Amino acid sequence: MTTSIRFLLGEEPMEISSADPTMTVLQWLRGPGGRCGTKEGCAEGDCGACTVVLGEPGQEDGTVAYRAVNACIQFVPTLDGKQLLTVEDLRAPSGALHPAQQAMVDKHGSQCGFCTPGFVMSLFEMYEKADAAPENPAIEDQLTGNLCRCTGYRPIMDAARAMYALPRETRFAAAQGRVASALKELKRTTGLDYTAGGRQFVAPVTLEEMDGALAAHPGATLLGGGTDVGLWVTKQHRDLKTLVYTGACAPLHAITTHSDGSLSIGGGASLARAAEVLGAYHPSLAILMRRFASSQIRNAGTLGGNVANGSPIGDSMPALLALGATVTLRSARGSRTLPLAAFYHDYMKNDRAPDEYVAAIDVPPLGGRVFATYKLSKRFDQDISAVCAAFALTLEEGVVKEARLAFGGMAGIPKRAAGAEAALKGRVFDADALKAALAALAEDFSPLSDMRASAAYRALAAANLLRRFQLEASGSVPAAELEVYDYA
Amino acid sequence: MPDTSLKTAAVPQPAKGHAGTAHAHDSAERHVSGSAVYIDDIREVAGTLHIAPVLSTRAHARILSVDLSGAEAVPGFVTALTPADVPGVNNFGAVKLDDPIIAEDLIEFWGQVVLAVAGETLEAARAAARAVKITYEDLEPILSIERAIELDATVAPPLTMKSGDAAAAMATAKHRLSGTFNVGGQDHFYLEGHIAYAVPQEEGDMLVYSSTQHPTEVQHLVSRSLAIPDHAVTVEVRRMGGGFGGKETQPAQIAAIAALIARKTGRPAKLRLDRDEDMIATGKRHDFLIKYEVGFDDSGRIEALAMDLHARAGYSSDLTNAVVDRAMFHAGSCYYLSNARITGHRNKTHTVSNTAFRGFGGPQGYLAGEEVVDEIARYLGKEPLEVRKVNFYDREGERTRTHYGQPVEDFILHELVPALAEQAEYDKRRAEVRAFNEKSPVLKKGLYLTPVQFGISFTATHFNQAGALVHVYSDGSVMLNHGGTEMGQGLYLKVAQVVAREFGIDVARVKITATNTSKVPNTSATAASSGSDLNGMAAQDAARQIKERLVAFAAGKYGCAPEEVRFADNMVEAGAEKISFAALARAAYMARTQLSAAGFYATPKIHWSRETASGHPFYYFTYGAAVAEVIVDTLTGEYRLLRADLLHDVGRSLNPAIDIGQIEGAFVQGTGWLTSEELWWDKAGRLRTHAPSTYKIPTVRDIARDFRVTLYENENVEPTIHRSKAVGEPPFLLANAVFFALKDAVGAAIGYKGSPKLDAPATPEQVLMAIEALRQATGQ
Repeated sequence: MTTSIRFLLGEEPMEISSADPTMTVLQWLRGPGGRCGTKEGCAEGDCGACTVVLGEPGQEDGTVAYRAVNACIQFVPTLDGKQLLTVEDLRAPSGALHPAQQAMVDKHGSQCGFCTPGFVMSLFEMYEKADAAPENPAIEDQLTGNLCRCTGYRPIMDAARAMYALPRETRFAAAQGRVASALKELKRTTGLDYTAGGRQFVAPVTLEEMDGALAAHPGATLLGGGTDVGLWVTKQHRDLKTLVYTGACAPLHAITTHSDGSLSIGGGASLARAAEVLGAYHPSLAILMRRFASSQIRNAGTLGGNVANGSPIGDSMPALLALGATVTLRSARGSRTLPLAAFYHDYMKNDRAPDEYVAAIDVPPLGGRVFATYKLSKRFDQDISAVCAAFALTLEEGVVKEARLAFGGMAGIPKRAAGAEAALKGRVFDADALKAALAALAEDFSPLSDMRASAAYRALAAANLLRRFQLEASGSVPAAELEVYDYA
Repeated sequence: MPDTSLKTAAVPQPAKGHAGTAHAHDSAERHVSGSAVYIDDIREVAGTLHIAPVLSTRAHARILSVDLSGAEAVPGFVTALTPADVPGVNNFGAVKLDDPIIAEDLIEFWGQVVLAVAGETLEAARAAARAVKITYEDLEPILSIERAIELDATVAPPLTMKSGDAAAAMATAKHRLSGTFNVGGQDHFYLEGHIAYAVPQEEGDMLVYSSTQHPTEVQHLVSRSLAIPDHAVTVEVRRMGGGFGGKETQPAQIAAIAALIARKTGRPAKLRLDRDEDMIATGKRHDFLIKYEVGFDDSGRIEALAMDLHARAGYSSDLTNAVVDRAMFHAGSCYYLSNARITGHRNKTHTVSNTAFRGFGGPQGYLAGEEVVDEIARYLGKEPLEVRKVNFYDREGERTRTHYGQPVEDFILHELVPALAEQAEYDKRRAEVRAFNEKSPVLKKGLYLTPVQFGISFTATHFNQAGALVHVYSDGSVMLNHGGTEMGQGLYLKVAQVVAREFGIDVARVKITATNTSKVPNTSATAASSGSDLNGMAAQDAARQIKERLVAFAAGKYGCAPEEVRFADNMVEAGAEKISFAALARAAYMARTQLSAAGFYATPKIHWSRETASGHPFYYFTYGAAVAEVIVDTLTGEYRLLRADLLHDVGRSLNPAIDIGQIEGAFVQGTGWLTSEELWWDKAGRLRTHAPSTYKIPTVRDIARDFRVTLYENENVEPTIHRSKAVGEPPFLLANAVFFALKDAVGAAIGYKGSPKLDAPATPEQVLMAIEALRQATGQ
């Protein structure tokens, strides 16, 4: 059954029945939507000029949960059942600027102005989520997905704090009940099945529908947050005929922290939500997740997508491999669980059958293991790893019983360093053991040179990350004296 | 109208927003509301075509064939633009005809425009462009500066600037050092990419909206390609979403393609490059390979400097001659060179043709000069700031003349640098950093101070002129137009503030209008930091002409002396009379007074001869200094900027808020250039860092945790507009402090043993590899 896409633009109900399913929200806004305030800076989710805010029913009845996303890589059908807010929605009917806007004016936060609508929307999201200015690192976490080439950011940081000192704007909070009811009206009990221009977009709402959709369309493109698939269209110009979307399937979004400390993260859960439990699981994962892309990307992208995509430079996999995570694949034929290491076959090839999808990723309890994960990139935030490493040691009376040393950026797939692991097994993790492991590590990988890093740097940095882990694990250098990211 | 009404028209209020006040950017409210109109936001005329370029996939090749059949089969395909469709000159080279708009048969870089395809929609145009099939005959490309040097491949002859006798002084110098230093290029990464929208007019005329810093050049090159007179082309730009020099010469090609398609089809046509096309097909900051030998005495004072600056011009000359000249002007940084031989080479490679970028070669040359002084200090084991000071120009006497013959008449670094050192607690913190490094095994800090001296004026003397147009309407509102363009730097506002101050009215009474070649002709690029110097003076000239007429009128009408007519607080006092500015305008109009004027300005004093490599190319200099403190992870090369203290000279500021914004923005952009921004070509000559996913400009996290910016109390010694100084480019060089702080920390990694070799950009990889090289060299 073909239906139309229904959403709220501001508070105005919209219905779209002819847009191509791979038209981006940005293209729609600037074209048929008639709203040119939202800009295209890169069409790949890296600059934030296109930032818009989506509203969805919140945890509590009558509330709306906001998240800022990159309109340039979101497809129009993903708007179904949501509220879309753009920079044009922020001014009050009186013409008064929203505090997120007024503070940017007051603090001289715009110069050329092209990135400004995106910044304003990121600030707006933060404003509506917090009553008082967050600490600087949290403001930075919010804004690393917005690039500005003119100001040098200092005035924007000032604006981010100053907007809370202006009289509180309550218009959006006050409208939440009304918007929540309107969104309730749009809620579907059976999934959207939308076809236009020869392309089909299916958005199941139950696991059974999801099974059925993929059984009916094996080989369809699975769309999670669109933070990679969006680029297949905007950058690689691929012709995606059928998309099956995980974003509307609530059961896929569940995240559970079990009493033993293990985690179950649904395949459709966003990186932002996964970051909350992963950050609580281990502090180095908290830093990794803050450096994982940007706030907008984490708000849209999914952990399941990162894992299923299986890029050799994906950020989550080294940690998941080191921790011994499993992946559960589901289809109409049933479900199966396999260790993540067994999931990856070769460069961008994995064990998922065309009718399967990632239902969950399970992370066993940390227990007494010594663990750390480190990311290295040219720029701290919103950058792709040159090398990403994760190390987990199971110790018995100081002796390494099991070592799991996993790397991204060092091979065609995220991969464990078998030789280095063997070199550590049965030894005290001291300087001598490190030396043996480093010698083995040099044989474990033959990294490539590319625009992110040379082979020589990758090899040296990978070794040095293991050195760092040894310094940290042995307690010879306190962790705080090894970390520049949050150095204050 | 009875005269009494004139006296009651307004209650005096202090006028708002005059030159000298920190008024917000004129478009700020529109920026934050999404209502500021950029070219892609202009409502399209019905029937508008969209254009997609077809870019070459070879660095150096002959085009054997172009097959359009696939493109023609794409629904919505309209036409393809080939060289045969260009009625005029198929070239957008402003200086030399070596930049084809559409490649004829020779490809000279990966990403060169082979043809352009127009479609009913952007999607159709892009699909059709992808369906074009081109066959090539490959030729051997030159892909590195080193290779170009080997082959002596150049786009223009070298130039040498000389002072004294460098060879003789080198021979007798007590100490000598030589070195090679690589300085990387930089993509502009303006947030708004290149775009032009051409709308055909009657009689074959063309209206072109172009995102350009140089509307006049776009006008001239579009008319040249269309083979019509300049007066038949009008170019307009209200604002750009950033420029930074990238929209000086490059927009002409984009505009010409749009205009040529519009001419061919008779329909409006728009060409907007997407981010990847923009980064692949348009020029960037030149990377340099610099070789030097320096002779010096025990104090570190330079006695002789011989330097060869090799710039990567790319495949064509574009502005490379002038860019390399400026690198040579600034190769001595702020240091007196008694005996110098500075040679600039314009090397040809089969890569995109490099172009203007904030600082225009100055930063590259200046950084090399600072590297030389840093190496001297390391060699002698001296505090680098002391070595810098002994090399500063003197205020008077012999050591005031540059190596290109210009006397330095306004040198203030003897005062400015100590002022910064004191407010940034330089000595104390240098000691603290060393103490920290003693006990921190992995993380190491670096702290460094670098000074800035930057020459202001276009070195092409004829560009140092400007025009402005001011109208006062009979209600007292004012319209302002000039040749300067707005790219975010606040030029429109600054010039409006100048005009508001002349008339004593609120800046809000001055309507700022889009730069348009039909209003003010024959303008210069908004570049070389000259925008407010030139256009501010031209607008002041126009306003003063009108003001003179108003004064004469008011003096006559109210029976007072002209000196007794004063403009302030939106009012005009004429002897005992006091009326609103609006009322005076109305009365002057009724009395048939001309209330419109064209203003003009030409910078005095400057001259420059490339033949003799000497002259007085700069009207004046601006100055500044920065202290940067970094922390480096010596296991990974990652680092963070902990604190930056900037003290910068803008003369008497026209708008302190705008100027501080320029200083901070330039510093962060310069920091990006020297740290995370790396252009990377593969072995086939294909740029692989062509989008923000791979090309990393600073984010909000990368700025100094503690960021202190102060304007230096000063006024221009030259009679510039309200004694202000240019601000766009000079503070870019403040970022040198970050680079040398990183080098300082690299040295600290091995206990300050050995000499670190760090090239720019100092990516984490460069930093780690520099540390590793030191570890190897010192056996640690």
